[in-house]
Amino acid sequence: MTGERTLTRNFHRPDAHTLAAYRGTGGYTAWEKAQTMEPAAITEEVKKSNLRGLGGAGFPTGMKWSFIPKNHTGPVYLVINADEGEPGTFKDRYLLERDPHALIEGMLIAARAIRSAVGFVYIRGEYVEPWRRFSAAAREATDAGYLGRGFDVVVHRGAGAYICGEETGLISSLEGRKGWPKLKPPFPAIKGAFGAPTIVNNVETICHLPHIINRGAGWFASLGTKTQGGTRMYSVSGRVKRPGVYEASVAITLRQVIYDLAEGVTGNGRLKAVVPGGSSAAILRADEIDVTMDVDGLKNAGTMAGSAGVIVMDETVSIPEALMVVARFYAHESCGQCTPCRESTGWIYKITERIVEGRGRKEDLDTVLDVARRGAGTTICAFYDGAVGPYISYIEKFRDEFEALIPK
Amino acid sequence: MSLTAPLAFPPEQLAEVHRLQALYPDRRAALLPVLHMAQDAFGYISLEVEEYVAGLFDMTPAHVHEVVTFYTMFFQRPKGRHVVAICHNLSCHLAGAPRILTHLKERLGVEVGETTDDGRVTLLSVECLCACEHAPMMQVDDRYEFDLTPARVDRILEGLR
Ligand SMILES: Cc1cc2nc3c(=O)[nH]c(=O)nc-3n(C[C@H](O)[C@H](O)[C@H](O)COP(=O)(O)O)c2cc1C
Ligand code: SF4
Ligand code: FES
Repeated sequence: MTGERTLTRNFHRPDAHTLAAYRGTGGYTAWEKAQTMEPAAITEEVKKSNLRGLGGAGFPTGMKWSFIPKNHTGPVYLVINADEGEPGTFKDRYLLERDPHALIEGMLIAARAIRSAVGFVYIRGEYVEPWRRFSAAAREATDAGYLGRGFDVVVHRGAGAYICGEETGLISSLEGRKGWPKLKPPFPAIKGAFGAPTIVNNVETICHLPHIINRGAGWFASLGTKTQGGTRMYSVSGRVKRPGVYEASVAITLRQVIYDLAEGVTGNGRLKAVVPGGSSAAILRADEIDVTMDVDGLKNAGTMAGSAGVIVMDETVSIPEALMVVARFYAHESCGQCTPCRESTGWIYKITERIVEGRGRKEDLDTVLDVARRGAGTTICAFYDGAVGPYISYIEKFRDEFEALIPK
Repeated sequence: MSLTAPLAFPPEQLAEVHRLQALYPDRRAALLPVLHMAQDAFGYISLEVEEYVAGLFDMTPAHVHEVVTFYTMFFQRPKGRHVVAICHNLSCHLAGAPRILTHLKERLGVEVGETTDDGRVTLLSVECLCACEHAPMMQVDDRYEFDLTPARVDRILEGLR
């Protein structure tokens, strides 16, 4: 049912992060093969595999690569988004710590496809151990001659700011500025890091590449749905028996993730709600979990696959309190550039807090819904849309619970 | 910092600064890595440190200040010898983070953002550290500490000198 595991197949090995172990399990053979392929053929293979970005937006990876201007002669950069920060998500941490060479091999393949000579790996500042592990692997790969012969990797540490996970914010931060997102277009593939065409891809997205090259686009596509290939890593937390990271097909259902992978609900044992794709995804009720976890499946269900961070809540959880915690996050992390985002995130946190403390006003819920709906889609980056998802869905789906807390 | 010993990196670290600057198409991209180094070397990023770092990059101190204040990991005031940062986001909240935070405040005798009188520990409450499978959790200096209970917190605090 959960199918084949590729990304996580070596996680149980205590030495999985070493070059010796990676090579011992077939590591770097895809890179050998890729070197015999034309760059355009690699991109074509990735397109056919139906690989979609696993960092949040779900954009088709091969198509993104093909946006690099064909006649461009200057440098092209590959930037790896390892700024994992979406609440409820912890998969990239595992990949960096337990299989860093998979990321390096994937980067070599991607770099050949987009003709990049330098890749930057932007790792969130708090991830000290993953940073050490990945840096050690990059040194091993350099000593072994995989890196440093036409492609170099620079490991870069962030310094604590969720917004640097947004790709243009990440680029600003990589350039040594505050992590302010930029208006698109121009998209990074046209004008990105240091003014050059840049591909930003998530760690997990890139880690799939060695397997796609070795086993073929058809194999990868067949693991998933019509519009998205492969497996992905589900980060499951909250009120479940076995929280953890699980690899399974993108075609698995949310019910299977909760009850089969994570072995069911704790608390009072009865599911109340679940966030399927990190805190920026709209919440689903217990009767809405028979949906597949692929990008389109969750989009059709009115939410999003996002980073596949699944946060489970049983009946004893207070939804207004959960929204207050989520709203505090968005209020804290807004970069402040856009008025709707800066102002609304702050105010909505205050309103949810007063509702939870029993000081809510009758008009509060409609005010939040109105403000949220009006700001959506008007800002520089998708951060604010990611805040609006929870604001609206928590209140619309659990309105009774909010109203019960507001004095008559 | 006394006036007789102007604040500066020793030669090996200066060499590291230059190595980092050369890694990027634009040397100013090494600002974050160098600020991490500066914080390790000087304890926190004072205005004096900002000015020194600005000099290393031919930038204005105002630019460095703008960057320092944007990120949560740079301290603009002296911090304790250890930093304890409890995660207060959703999964940790669901797993009892508020109770752990109360316990930490009681044990340390400080509020969030404060440092113990003996300069041993600074307490922070932070957003998701992306280890929610081990909620409630916290970061202690460079380490993640998982599956916290009050007893486990006590043991961890005892280890901090
Ligand atoms: C507010 C915000 C935060 C984001 N955080 C992350 C993140 O932590 N990691 C990540 O890979 N992508 C994150 N993204 C998505 C990136 O902007 C970008 O789409 C992604 O890195 C592209 O890689 P992919 O196509 O391989 O998914 C975030 C997006 C937004 C709007
Ligand atoms: S939407 Fe929010 S986070 Fe994004 S650029 Fe605007 S203010 Fe910053
Ligand atoms: S919610 Fe605490 S680590 Fe994610």
